[in-house]
Amino acid sequence: MSTIDLTLQIWRQKNSDSLGNLQTYTLTGISTDMSFLEMLDVLNEKLTKEGKDPVAFDHDCREGICGMCGSVINGIAHGPEKETTLCQLHMRNFKTGDILVVEPFRSRAFPIRKDLIVDRSAFDRIIQSGGYVSVNTGGTPDGNAIPIPAETAELAMDAAACIGCGACVAACPNGAAMLFTSAKISQLCLLPQGKVERKARALAMVKIMDEEGFGNCSNERECEAVCPKGISIRNIARMNREFIAAALFEG
Amino acid sequence: MELTSRTPSGPLAEKWDNHRFANKLVNPANRRKYKIIVVGTGLAGASASATLAEQGYQVHTFCIQDSPRRAHSIAAQGGINAAKNYQNDGDSIHRLFYDTIKGGDFRAREANVYRLAQVSNNIIDQCVAQGVPFAREYGGTLANRSFGGAQVSRTFYARGQTGQQLLLGAYSALSRQIHKGGVKMYPRREMMDLVIVDGRARGIVTRNLINGTLENHTADAVILATGGYGNAYFLSTNAMASNVTASWRAYKQGAGFANPCFVQIHPTCIPVHGDYQSKLTLMSESLRNDGRVWVPLAAGDKRAPSTIPEAERDYFLEKKYPSFGNLVPRDVASRNAKEQCDQGKGVGSTGLAVYLDFGDAIKRDSQETILKKYGNLFQMYEKITAGNPLNEPMMIYPAVHYTMGGLWVDYDLMTTIPGLFALGECNFSDHGANRLGASALMQGLADGYFVISTSIAHYMGTTKLDAVSITDPHFLSIQKNVGDRLHRLLRNSNGSPTGKVTVDEIHKELGKLLWNNCGMARNRQGLEEALEKIPGIRETFWDKVYIPGTGSELNQSLERAGRVADFLEFGEIMVRDALTREESCGCHLREESQTEENEAKRDDANFSHVSVWEYKGDEETPVLHKEPLTFEFVTPSQRSYK
Repeated sequence: MSTIDLTLQIWRQKNSDSLGNLQTYTLTGISTDMSFLEMLDVLNEKLTKEGKDPVAFDHDCREGICGMCGSVINGIAHGPEKETTLCQLHMRNFKTGDILVVEPFRSRAFPIRKDLIVDRSAFDRIIQSGGYVSVNTGGTPDGNAIPIPAETAELAMDAAACIGCGACVAACPNGAAMLFTSAKISQLCLLPQGKVERKARALAMVKIMDEEGFGNCSNERECEAVCPKGISIRNIARMNREFIAAALFEG
Repeated sequence: MELTSRTPSGPLAEKWDNHRFANKLVNPANRRKYKIIVVGTGLAGASASATLAEQGYQVHTFCIQDSPRRAHSIAAQGGINAAKNYQNDGDSIHRLFYDTIKGGDFRAREANVYRLAQVSNNIIDQCVAQGVPFAREYGGTLANRSFGGAQVSRTFYARGQTGQQLLLGAYSALSRQIHKGGVKMYPRREMMDLVIVDGRARGIVTRNLINGTLENHTADAVILATGGYGNAYFLSTNAMASNVTASWRAYKQGAGFANPCFVQIHPTCIPVHGDYQSKLTLMSESLRNDGRVWVPLAAGDKRAPSTIPEAERDYFLEKKYPSFGNLVPRDVASRNAKEQCDQGKGVGSTGLAVYLDFGDAIKRDSQETILKKYGNLFQMYEKITAGNPLNEPMMIYPAVHYTMGGLWVDYDLMTTIPGLFALGECNFSDHGANRLGASALMQGLADGYFVISTSIAHYMGTTKLDAVSITDPHFLSIQKNVGDRLHRLLRNSNGSPTGKVTVDEIHKELGKLLWNNCGMARNRQGLEEALEKIPGIRETFWDKVYIPGTGSELNQSLERAGRVADFLEFGEIMVRDALTREESCGCHLREESQTEENEAKRDDANFSHVSVWEYKGDEETPVLHKEPLTFEFVTPSQRSYK
């Protein structure tokens, strides 16, 4: 088992109302088999034993699927490894002497709550505005009543794989939430079940997205580059098409 | 404590219909008068919240994470079972029922399991209608696979992310209701205690995790959908925040806790590699469809796997269970892996692992075919361990995964506290002593979408409730207790941490003790030892735990401390339950109760019952009650996978 020694510069901020700054910590003997979050656990255990306040960070499943974790490491959301959440980033990606700057996902629409924890409830409100098929429980037709081509199901699944972590927003120079929003719009407009409400959905979700303070897309492709689930910006094109079609008809 | 199961009369296939007809209803116009609290937003909680709100109840839903979309149901990989028989391979509701009750080693109620199999088909229809992108055949119909050794293909899936897609479906239905005002959502709240007024559940006290405020919430009924208690072991495949607190608070207020010793230990997880490790990662058991499990024949053989010739390998599952081979149920596979490691034949740096080898499958089916099936799992394995399963066998070891035990509930999913319901993994109802693969998702959604609304209507239709307010003395006194307890947790925080312990240190100590003495194989001596040691660990915790910060801010150490404090109490009834169940059944292997071939030996004459524990006070021994299990429609048989 090999180990490395690191310098960390971590964003510390007491709460939403206070100012934050970067503080420096050193860690030695970090096993390269550790995940990034386990490395933060080690730091927090050390800070606790020194009577200092541990670093607050969001995390839950630690399997890369719940979307709860995420920080910007040396300027890259979720760190240097492609298609990887922070919890699945392992320390073997780093070497002794590295300086790691760890910051929260920053965006106007994601206020910082403490240290690395941000408030991503704007994402929930985007989904609440129309990210669903309006069916009640019960009385639905047999699952095989509507055949869906395998390719369509696969395309919908590609979009549905979004974990709502917010890395796309953090990476975008405009703080846009278009990759997130378009993933849901795409999933539902591709499937026959979602076609009934497609126009109203596109209009409602884009409207809330704008109201929440997210920016617009200028084709930087930064979102796609950091997305831990490899969601493609083709979805944004699809969303724009949906939105324009809806706006023309419903306008 | 009275355990009335309310199991309906009549033939098995008609019980659920009879029950729904016998239950009272609430007029649609009157439903808005009732307020229901739902705690938890996994499959069970999200689906129950959405369904009750659609029907017109006022629903208030709470979750611990920043968004209801993050609950740990999201991590389920494999799939969801249903008795659709789309593959025309002989499946039926009765077969799914039979497989589930047999898989649970005949320690579940027949009527509950049958209902689960019945509504399984509605779940698939519901999820498809919501836009869940299940895998499809080229002709456009839904695809199925065989899972966990089932003899039929009844598992529906969405790549290796079925739990995620089903949860996002339930979350979307919940989001729709939040938008419409049917559900008021409270994220980042932890339920700290239950409030009982006049013998009925009337609300909860929560802590706002952002600012530490304690809040009282009143209701006409409270639904717990707070998951399982696997994190008692510290290392498990559960999410970091999964905990027993909500169920444990309910238990301490009078709810019976059923079969706490039934803990499923999943055979295919990535082995433990260091003290710093925070959790274990499950690899879908679909891997056992093509992977062959083996260890070196000679103990202590540390050669690289590729250099061990065929004749010096022990394919122990294939050898011992020729008809099921590598596809034996989870409990059997786990136990055998442990047995090999105990004999010194374990592999890897710790000796606590066995090989899962795809070499033969790759030779037979080509690398491309194997990658198509398991590519994402191989990738995940490589990310964590830096090993590539295409070139060398995977290493796997069992890990705590799911808890079949939980709050005791009747057929209506109501606990022994009137007005308190428990759904999903949080209750004990359907899986007996062992859960089959792809059945957890099924049960969570069955409870939430299709069962609970009938129960709530019946409860409201038969109960007269007076109004309560958040300033009611019952609420104020529970809130004060919660505050006092937090204060006690923080009392060591003044001054220096020298000579004190951290929350994680204590949690690891408890976890290690439970894993060694109340894990895959249990015996009287080990269990008695654990029972003796737990109070000492608990004492050290309360005397010496050091928690930085205060209670009136976002404080993750304090959150963890509260949960560990409850695990320290809960661990004791888990051990006590394992001690009193002097038989082997499903996941629970008592070494004293084995056949001559070292297989689990059930004792139906003495243990065909649900063990239900009643709280009697912190200083008192809990009292064991038994709900007898009778089998009218199936004959309990000894499971054999030879």
